[in-house]
Formats: sequence, C-alpha cells, structure tokens
Amino acid sequence: MELLPLYLSAKLATLATAILVVVAAPLAYFLVHSSWPGKSFVEALFNLPIALPPTVIGFYLLYLMGPKGLAGQAWENLFGGPLLFTFSGIVIASIFYSLPFAVQPIKASFEKIDPRLKENAYVLGLSPIATFFRVIIPNSINGVAAAAILVFLHTMGAFGVVLMVGGSIAGETRVASIAIYEAVESMQYEKAWLLSLAFIPISYAFLLLVNRLTRKN
Amino acid sequence: MGLTAALKKKTSFFTIDVELSCPDGQTLALIGPSGSGKTTIIRMLAGLVKPDGGYIRYRDEILFDSARGIHLPPQKRKLGYVFQDYTLFPHLTIYGNAAFAARDRGEVDALLDFFGLTALRDRKPHEVSGGERQRCAVCQALARNPQLLLLDEPFSALDVVTRRILRNELKAITEKRTFPVVYVTHDVTEALFIGNTVLPIVAGSIDREWMERIVTPADEAGLRQRAARAPKLSLTY
Repeated sequence: MELLPLYLSAKLATLATAILVVVAAPLAYFLVHSSWPGKSFVEALFNLPIALPPTVIGFYLLYLMGPKGLAGQAWENLFGGPLLFTFSGIVIASIFYSLPFAVQPIKASFEKIDPRLKENAYVLGLSPIATFFRVIIPNSINGVAAAAILVFLHTMGAFGVVLMVGGSIAGETRVASIAIYEAVESMQYEKAWLLSLAFIPISYAFLLLVNRLTRKN
Repeated sequence: MGLTAALKKKTSFFTIDVELSCPDGQTLALIGPSGSGKTTIIRMLAGLVKPDGGYIRYRDEILFDSARGIHLPPQKRKLGYVFQDYTLFPHLTIYGNAAFAARDRGEVDALLDFFGLTALRDRKPHEVSGGERQRCAVCQALARNPQLLLLDEPFSALDVVTRRILRNELKAITEKRTFPVVYVTHDVTEALFIGNTVLPIVAGSIDREWMERIVTPADEAGLRQRAARAPKLSLTY
C-alpha cells in the first residue's frame, strides 16, 4: 500500500494544527475579552469558512495565492518561488480554512472560565499577558487540546480547498483524501479501500480522546 | 492619612455618590442592603470599575482622579482583594494559591500556619471546605504585602459558625497590620464587629438613618400585638 498520501496528510494536519493553536488562542482570548465597534462584523468575517463551500474558499485562495494575487506575489518576493501547487501553499490554505474551527471551540473554553479568576489575577498584580499564560491557559488546557484534535481531523480530511490550491502532485500535494478520490476515479478500488480504512482507527481514537478531554473539563 | 476617596458612578437604578476615608491600620465597614452599590464602590477602589467622577488617594499616591485623567489599573494599586467565593485558581494547590503573588515564602508558610491550612497545603481548592477556601483567599491577598486590603462579602457564602470563626481570625490578623482595610457586608453584626467605622450605603448614598433604624430595637408593643394575633400551634399525637 502506498503510504505517501497518508504521510502527507498527517504532516499537513500536524503543521497546520500547531500553527493554528498558536494563532487562534490569543485571537480567541482577544475576542472574548474585548469589545469594540464592528466586532461582530469582523468575527463573522473570520467565521466565513464555516459557512462557505470549501471549493469557494479554495477558488478565492487560488486567486490570492496565484502569481497575480497579493499573497502569491509576496511569497515569490520573499522565497523566490511560487506558492500555488506546493506543500507550503496547502499548509497556508488549510490555516485559513480551519481558523474558525480552531477559534470557536477555544473561545468556548475560555468563556467557561469564571471572569472573576481574571479579575483576581489582575488585583494580584498580573498583567493581561501573564494572566493569559498563568491563569487562562492552565484552566482551559483540555478545551484547547480538544480544539486542536478537531482541527487536526478537519485538516486531515480537507479536500476541496487542498485540491483547488494544491492540485494533485505526488509527494507534494497529493494528500490522502485526494489520493482516495483519484484511486476511485481510476478504478483502483483496492487502494481506495485501504486508504479509507486507515482513517477509521485514527479518527475513532482521536474522537475518544476528545470525549475524554471535554468530559474531564 | 490612609485612604480617602470621593466616588461618583451612574448605575442603571441610581447614582452612586459617596465620600469615604479610612486611616492606616483601621477597618472601614461598608454596610447596606443587597444592590445598594457597596460592591461597585469596592470594585471602584480596586480599579475593576472606573468611576465617572471623583478621586481615590492613598497616602501621597493618586489611584484615580477624574479631573486629572488618572486611572491606575488594579495591577498598579498593590491590593489585597478577597472576593465572595470561587476565585482561587482551580489548577493550583492551596499552597500554590497562597503563594501566587507572594514575595516571601516564609511569610506564606506563616500565614498558612495562622489559618490552620498547613496540613491542606497540597490539596486543590475543590478538595477543601468553603471556609478553608476563604481562609486561603485571605492568605493569598495578605501574602503579597498589600498597601490596602479590600474584602467584598468574603464570608457571606459560609455557614454562621464558620463565618464567626473567620471573622475573629481576620480581625486578629488585620489588627496587627498598618494598612487600611475596607470590608463590605450586608450583615450588621459583622460590620459592627469588624469595622472601626461603619458606613451605611443605601441606593448609592450614605444613609445614617437607615443604620439607626436597623440597630434600634423594634417597637415592643407592636411585636407583642403581632404575636398575639398569630395562630397558636398545638401538637397532637
């Protein structure tokens, strides 16, 4: 069995999840503890990927990350190569696509923390940043971990966005979901079966873990 | 010197407008019915709520002054603040909570010892009783060597007996200190016991008549009349 697509999927999901948690946790904290005019509009904009079809997001990202797009040109200037149809490209696309799926559950776990804990940290002299690391994160770590797992699974299964931005280049952007689709298209059912089967224990084990983490919380 | 403040704040039901002062080493008890604005007053002293107008001064330091646009955040006010309940950090032990903002570990040990918490130092807050949690909260506030101690109904979620014991312990430990203490309560006995000065707050303003009404014995003839009217209870087996 060809393991390369599975390996690529896992690598993509791990990288995207690691970056997303680092980006989403402060963003969620900011959204929970701030109020400013137009906040709901900006928040809805962040959440668009939940509501939009993946192919639509993929289409816009294809344009933005292409040689004429802002992101594509900036990347080309910085690294001297194209962004489309590369592994880095699908990592970036996955981050945009999965951002709300990370922010929303992390935000929910921050909202569960009694606001008086934050006030107590403040009166004890802790800055907002110190409060984030010493009080908020330790008391929502299970929720953040559960969010990370869900984002990981969500990215493992990404299809539309990755196909639009990355195409299907073997060893570079042909992740498991795309490999399965192509195997079916070319009637290699045995390959499709095996790759699909590999997803079941992974997804099942992670869901059990999520259940555990959130129940303890 | 101590603490002096004049505070104005519009709330949805009334406007808070009070002047208060508390000398060093003394305790000022704010008393009043629920929803009278006393918690908002102590939160303004802490910097958790910004007053609409007035000033807060401690010794030479200006903590708040609306005319000069000064509003120190709670972090810069060197406070001890004790909330009603459930503000210990759940991920830390009793010792970890008491030592959270402490400078001197020896002082933490001494405080835990004074409050009888030494044997419980490795327990988490949910593994001890409500009274022990509040003792730990007082330790947490005192261990950072505050220049001002604020307590917002710290014992009102506890049973009567525990409340009395904690009241005594608190009085014993604050009497030795040199900073002002502001204590919010809705319990008259508690206010009279703990406060060197008692400030009655009703609907956002100081109302000494209300205090007099509360502490004056009720009209006895009226009481007897009502007792006579009440139906007699009898038990039959």
